Amino acid sequence: MRILIIVPAYNEEESLPGVIDDLRKHIPTADVVVVNDGSRDATARIAQDMGVKTLDLPFNLGIGGAVQAGYVYAERQGYDAAVQFDGDGQHVGMEISKLLRPLEEGIADIVIGSRFLVPGAYKAPLFRSLGIRIFSFTLSRVLTTAVTDSTSGFRAANRKAIVFFARMYPDDYPEVESLVLAHKMKFRMIEVAVTMRERTYGKSSITPLRSVYYMTKVLMAIFIDLLKRVR
Amino acid sequence: MDVLKILAIAGSGILLFIVIELIRRGRLKERYSLLWLLAGMVLLLLSSSRNALEFVARHLGIFYPPSFLFLIAFLFLLLITLHFSVVISGLSEKSKKLAQELALLREELHSTKGASRDDGKSE
Repeated sequence: MRILIIVPAYNEEESLPGVIDDLRKHIPTADVVVVNDGSRDATARIAQDMGVKTLDLPFNLGIGGAVQAGYVYAERQGYDAAVQFDGDGQHVGMEISKLLRPLEEGIADIVIGSRFLVPGAYKAPLFRSLGIRIFSFTLSRVLTTAVTDSTSGFRAANRKAIVFFARMYPDDYPEVESLVLAHKMKFRMIEVAVTMRERTYGKSSITPLRSVYYMTKVLMAIFIDLLKRVR
Repeated sequence: MDVLKILAIAGSGILLFIVIELIRRGRLKERYSLLWLLAGMVLLLLSSSRNALEFVARHLGIFYPPSFLFLIAFLFLLLITLHFSVVISGLSEKSKKLAQELALLREELHSTKGASRDDGKSE
C-alpha cells in the first residue's frame, strides 16, 4: 500500500523539522508532502531543505484548500492511502499505524484519530472542549454514527476518499464539513483512539466569545452541507 | 410633466447611458451588464409612462405609484448583488484551483530539476 502523509503547514518553521523527523522515524515507508499554505516564514524552504516533497501555495488558502492540494497530489500520483498530519507538532507519528489499520483491513474509507475515545487522556481548554462536544453531538445525529472528535485533523483516507476529496473539499470548516460530505457519499467512517500532544508552538486564537460565534457558523455550515449536491 | 417624472426619467436614462458606455469601452463585460441593462430599461419604461406605472401600482395595491419605482429598483439591486455573490464564489473557487495547480507544477518542476541534476552528477 502506497501511503502519502499530507502535512499542511502555515508558519510552522519551528515545529516542522520535528514533525518531519517524527514521520521519518515512525513511518519510514510512507512519502511525506508538506503543503505550505502561503507562510510568511521559512516553512517551505525548511521542508525543501529536509528533502520532502513540498507543495508551495502562492498565497494562503486556509486549511481546507491546503489539505485539498495534498489530496489532489495523492490522487494524481496514485497513492492508495493518505494521512492528514498537522504541521504544528500536535499529532504523533507513532499513532499513524492505528489510523491505517482499518484501511488495510478494508473496513473503513475514512479513519479519524480521536482524542476523546479514551476518557481523560486529553484535556482541551474548557470552551474548546465544550464546542467540540456540541459539534460531536450534532454530527453524531447527522451522520448516524458516533463521532467524538469531529474537529480532529488527524485522519486517514483510502483511494476512494482521496479521489472524492481531490474533487470536493470544503473551505470553511473542513474537519467537520468533510465528514458531512463523506457521509453523503456513503463512505464508511470510523474513529480510533489516539493520543495527541499539547500544542508545542503558537497558541490557540479561540476566546469564549469567538468560540460561540465559531460554533454558530459551523453548525450552519453543517446544515448547508446537508443540502449540497455531492457526486 | 411633474418634477418627479422628469427626475425618474433622467435617473434611469443616465443609468442606461452609463451602462451602455461602460460596455462600449470594454470596462463592463456583457455577461455582467444584462441585469443592469434590464433594470435601466424597466425603470425608464415605468417612469416615462405614468399610465403604466399607475396601472401596475393599483393592481398591486400600492397607493403611491412612484414607490413602485423604488420597489423595482430595490429588487433589481437585490438580484444584482446576489448575482455578484455567485460570481465571486465562482472566482474564489477558480483562484483556489489555480493556486493548487501552481503549487503542484512547482513541485513537479522542482523534482524534475533535482532529477536532472542527479543525472549530471552520475555521468
